[in-house]
Formats: sequence, structure tokens, C-alpha cells
Amino acid sequence: MLQQILFLLVAALGIGLFVWQVRKIRANIMQGKDRRMGGSVSERINKTLLVAFGQQKMFKRITPALLHMVVYVGFLVINIEVIEIMIDGLAGSHRILQVLGPGYDVLMATNEVLGALVIVAVAAFWWRRNRQQPVRRLTGVELRAWPKLDANIILYIEVALMLALFTMNAADLKLHQLEGREMPGTFPVSALLVGLMSDNVTALHVLERVGWWIHIVGILAFLNYLPSSKHFHIIMAFPNVYYSRLVPQGQFSNVDSITHEVKSMMDPSYQVPAPPVDAEGNPVIERFGAKDVEDLAWTNLLNAYSCTECGRCTSVCPANITGKLLSPRKIIMDTRDRMEEKFNSPLIFAPNNYQGEERMQVSEEGTLVHGRVTPEELWACTTCNACVEACPVNINPLDSIIEMRRYLVLEETAAPQSLNVMFSNIENNGAPWAFSPSDRFNWADDLYVAEKGS
Amino acid sequence: MTPMEKRQVNVPLMADLAARGEAPEVLFWVGCAGAFDDRYKRVTRAFVRILEHVGVKYAVLGMEESCTGDPAKRAGNEFLFQMQAATNIATLDGYNIKKIVTACPHCFNTIKNEYPALGGNYEVIHHSTFLQQLINEGRVKVQGGESYKGRRITFHDSCYLGRANDIYEAPREVLAALDADLVEMKRSKANGLCCGAGGAQMWKEPERGKKDINVERTEEALATLEGDAAALDALYGVESGNAGATPAPKKSDNGIIAVGCPFCMTMMSDGVKNKEREGSVQVFDLAELVASAEGINA
Repeated sequence: MLQQILFLLVAALGIGLFVWQVRKIRANIMQGKDRRMGGSVSERINKTLLVAFGQQKMFKRITPALLHMVVYVGFLVINIEVIEIMIDGLAGSHRILQVLGPGYDVLMATNEVLGALVIVAVAAFWWRRNRQQPVRRLTGVELRAWPKLDANIILYIEVALMLALFTMNAADLKLHQLEGREMPGTFPVSALLVGLMSDNVTALHVLERVGWWIHIVGILAFLNYLPSSKHFHIIMAFPNVYYSRLVPQGQFSNVDSITHEVKSMMDPSYQVPAPPVDAEGNPVIERFGAKDVEDLAWTNLLNAYSCTECGRCTSVCPANITGKLLSPRKIIMDTRDRMEEKFNSPLIFAPNNYQGEERMQVSEEGTLVHGRVTPEELWACTTCNACVEACPVNINPLDSIIEMRRYLVLEETAAPQSLNVMFSNIENNGAPWAFSPSDRFNWADDLYVAEKGS
Repeated sequence: MTPMEKRQVNVPLMADLAARGEAPEVLFWVGCAGAFDDRYKRVTRAFVRILEHVGVKYAVLGMEESCTGDPAKRAGNEFLFQMQAATNIATLDGYNIKKIVTACPHCFNTIKNEYPALGGNYEVIHHSTFLQQLINEGRVKVQGGESYKGRRITFHDSCYLGRANDIYEAPREVLAALDADLVEMKRSKANGLCCGAGGAQMWKEPERGKKDINVERTEEALATLEGDAAALDALYGVESGNAGATPAPKKSDNGIIAVGCPFCMTMMSDGVKNKEREGSVQVFDLAELVASAEGINA
């Protein structure tokens, strides 16, 4: 009974704390601007099933995709056992799902095999990150300090949870053996560990309980770790894919206020709709483009919380490949760090700091542009959409980059000089080069075609 | 075969057609590069020869055409973009244009995807799709001219045709009709590597880095044409393992890098020059290859 009450308290505390953190993050995302969505619900659900549940885009790279699949399926299936643990904890029952009969054998055996595979996959993940020459995309200026530590902590926690599960099962098996009872379920991995268990019944009881408690408390603690971690993607990937853009990747967003302005210039009778007003009834003057996080669309902010920092975007970025400062992943991580610095932060908050970083000339101001993302990074983008294509959870770094370029050009008039020349060429000549518009048709001079005898 | 005769082309202007009360089947949107860039003017002329050859009723806007605003929009100058869009939409709608073909993926993407929200609705096709249709319909036979049989060609996907609009097969089908030896770069189709010119990079110096993007891409194209596995491994890095199914090494002395975009044309040509390979490897647009294979250059 005491254990049940204790469990109830621990579970309530763990879940309550998690809800509190999620609400803070939701509030951060809602700071973003509205975004016209488009597309049907069924189209969005299909995309979510394919890309998020089905991990379609992960399989562009087969090795990490398979390793990730093991951990992902392991997570989903082992969570069924977590439900059992929860029910047992509350009801004081023991292995309640044994009512499933042979189904319980299948479930437990699957869990055990997956659990072992998870440990193998996690070891491989650790090796890819921590060996002498790690996989290139798992390095970079944005992957130091907290993000680097975070990635390893996740791996350690996953192994610890699996070991707790095996400890619990092996101790339970041994107890049943000693007491001459039939243990419900089949445990192929723990069966191998039974030999390691003590013959002391009391010690086994304690060990089984310790394994049980570590597993469940570990899960609740991990749940509360998520909002501070890239591992939050296990939840956010789903809404992020659901709300991702469905239009062709080449179609960039429009700025409605500019459309109204241009229309009223072309047609004096055009009625510009009244601007939105704030609580006091004063018109809200919106900034062109994005200087800081609240100027971005809420979907851009949702992107930031869905990022696993896998770096597939950065590894295919032509600018990054050729040694430029731009890393699409950094743009996304900076967005998240800045949001948490400016608005609400989760339990653990350690934003990346680029002060003193030689190549990264950030200002004291702290805003997303200048304070974290430098114009040099933004101007290196070729808008090629490789990052958008590569992201397994449909994050769109390009959308944010364009919003920040709009701010630089329209608010600061701070485009590189050669681009200003290009702008004035378009204005004056109708072409980005300094050619006379009257020469535009010269290409057609002295043009001949061979008539083929037929 | 009867000796070839050549005929001078008077490229029909939309204004003249409209004055006669006629409508073209398709409007050829030339684009700024197609009108002003010396290298891409040759592509424009090749494409017009094809239009003349098959007898499509077409027209161009001539001096009435203006930049679509693509470079301005990608650079963040939304105001300038929308001004250009409004001007062009007024021109196109003034002539009641329904269908547009263009040899520039940037113009294609902008008119097709971004003009509708500003009131300009047209059927827009890229010249790779247009050429593919002509070949499929048998109106272009890609015979009677230069033979590309057995020549090594690799196609460089342009971002605004490929990833931006999911057009990967049309240019490849056009090239397949040449009966050439088509080899694919590993970074192709959805995984294609940008030439480095998109997003208004065409008009500015690159940021500080180790290498220019067009050089990286040209190295990949050259190594692919030559089946140089070691060079490809060096380019793709540690994670890729090996370069995959590359043909046996064969020093290319008449390889072709095919493109379908004026900016890719500039970047890849510059890259080939940078590698001092312009004597042995050529960069051609799809329209040039088709016009030359069809034997209609004069």
C-alpha cells in the first residue's frame, strides 16, 4: 500500500511537471506570427503517417535509419510494458498484462529482444559520435557544450533504462525459480542473466523492486528531461510534420502587407485592409521579415523544437560543404535557444554562446539576427532547398533564412553592395544586369534555321 | 538527302500577333539571361530553332518582358519582387496569355508558383518538359544532325527545376533520346548539389570558405564522367563509404555536362575553366543538344 501511494505521488509529480514544461514551450511557439496553412487534413495526416510514423525520409541514409528504427520500435513496444508497470504500480498488482496469455509471451519476448538491440544500436550511435573522427555532421560550432553533452546523456539514459528492465525481469525470473512457481511471459535475454542473480530471496526481492523503480522513475525523469533536450523530437516530430508546408519547395511565402502596398500603387482605387490593432486599439506595425524570434511564423518556432540536431541539413548544404559559416542546423538551434532566452525556458537551460568564437561575429544585442545568426551566414545560402529535402521531420530552415534576409534588406537596407547593384539594375533596366532594356530583343538578330529536306 | 537550306527567322512578337488579333499557342518567356547573357543567348536561339522547326505557333514579349523578380525575392527584397510581378502580370494578362514556356527554371518557378498569389495564373512549363513532349509526340526525332551516340553525358539538376518543382525525369528523357551514354552523379535528383548560383548568389561574391561551390560540383561532374572513384570518394567524404556503382575509369575527352538553367550554365562552364578542362569537356543546355542532334542549326 505504501508503495502504491509512493508510486502515485511520484507519477503525479513526474507527469505534472512535464505538463507544466510543455505549457511553457507551447507559449513560446505561440509567440510566432500566424501562418496560412492550406492543404487538406487528410493530406496532412498522410504525410504524418509516412514521414513521422513511417520515418520515410530517414531512409535516405540506410545505416543510421536502421539503427534509429531499432530504438524507435523499441521505444514504442517497450512502452506497452511501461503501461503495465504503471497499472501494477497503481493497483499493487504484479504483471497484470499476463491476462493476455500467449500474447504476453510474445510481448515480453519482443520487448527483451528489442531491449538488447536498443543497447547495441545505442553503442553504435555513441561510437559514431565519440570516436576519434566522428561522423562529420555530428560535429560543428553549434554542437559543443550542452548539445554535445545532451546527445550522450540521452544514450546513457537509454542504456540505463534497458539495464533496469533486464534487472527487474532477471530477478523476477530467479525468484519464481527459487519459489518453484511458473513465471508468466517469455524472457529470452533475462533468462541468460538468471545465472548472475543471487540465491538470497530477500536480496532478489529488493533487486526486482529496485529495477522496477529505476525503470519507472527513470522514465518519468527522462520525460522531464525531454523539453531541455533535442530528444524532445520524439514528441514534436509529429505535430511538426503535420503542420509542414505542402506547397512546392520552390514557392516562397508572400508578404501580404507588401502586396497591399503594391496593389494600391498600381491601382489607386484599391482598398488596403485596415491593419490589425492591439489591445488598446492602436494599429500594430509589423516588421518586415524577422529580426527576432517573434517575427518568425509559429511553424518556424515549432521547427526549432522538433530538431534532433542530426545535421543532415548541414551535411548537404552546399555552402557548408565548401567551408562557409552557414549551417542550417545552427539557424534552427539558435532559434530555439533565443526563444528560451527571451521567453520561457525549460528545467535545464544552457544556450549555445558564440561570444569569442572567432569566425562568428555576434553582437551583444542578443537578437536572433546579429546576436546569434550573423548576416554572413544568411548571405551564404543558395536557397537550393537541400536542407529542406534532407530533414527527416520536415523542418524548413530556408523559410527562416529568407525571413531574416527580408529583415536585413527591407528594414536595415543592409544587403551586400553587389546585391544592391542588382536591385537597382532590376528597377532601372528590368534585368539584374546593367544592360539597356532596348537591347533585350537583340538575341533574335540574324537568326537562321536549317530547313530539313523531307 | 537534299542539301539543307537555311531560312531566316523573324521571331514573332506578341505585340504584332495581338495587333493582328491572333493568339499564340504558347508564349516563350526568354528571361534576362536568355536575352542578355552571351552564352545563354545561344540556348534561346537553339530553342527558337526548335519552335520554328516543329511549327509551334509561339511568340515572345521582346522588350516588353522584364525580370520576374526571382533574384530580388530570394535576396529578401520582397517589395521589388512584387513590383516586378505586378508589372509582368499586367503585361501577360493584357495579352490574355494562357500558356508559357521558358528555358529558365528560376523564371519557371516564380511565374508558376509565386505569381498565382498575386493574381497571375498561367500554365507554365519548363523547356525540358516541352522538349520531352515534342520528342514523345515524334515531332522532334533527334536525328539528322550531330550524333551523340555513345558520348558520355551527365545531367546536372538545377535546384529550381528539381527539388523546387520535382522535375527530374523530363531532362533525362530528353537526353536518353540522344542515345548517349548517360551517367549519373551520386548527388543527383532530390539529392542534387546546387551549382552555387541560386538565391541571388549569381550577383555577389561567395562568403569566406574553402572552395567555391561550382568547383565542388564541377569536380563531381568530371569525376563521374571519367568514373574516377578515388576523386569521388574524396568528394563525398567518410560517411558515404564508396562512390557506388561508377563505371570503369575512362579518361573523358568528349564528355558533356548537360544543364537546363542559365545560372547552372555559367557556374558549370566557369568550373570547367577553373579545372582547365574546357578543351575536353563541354557544357550544353538541353535545347542546344536537341537542336544540334536534329540538324537544324544554320
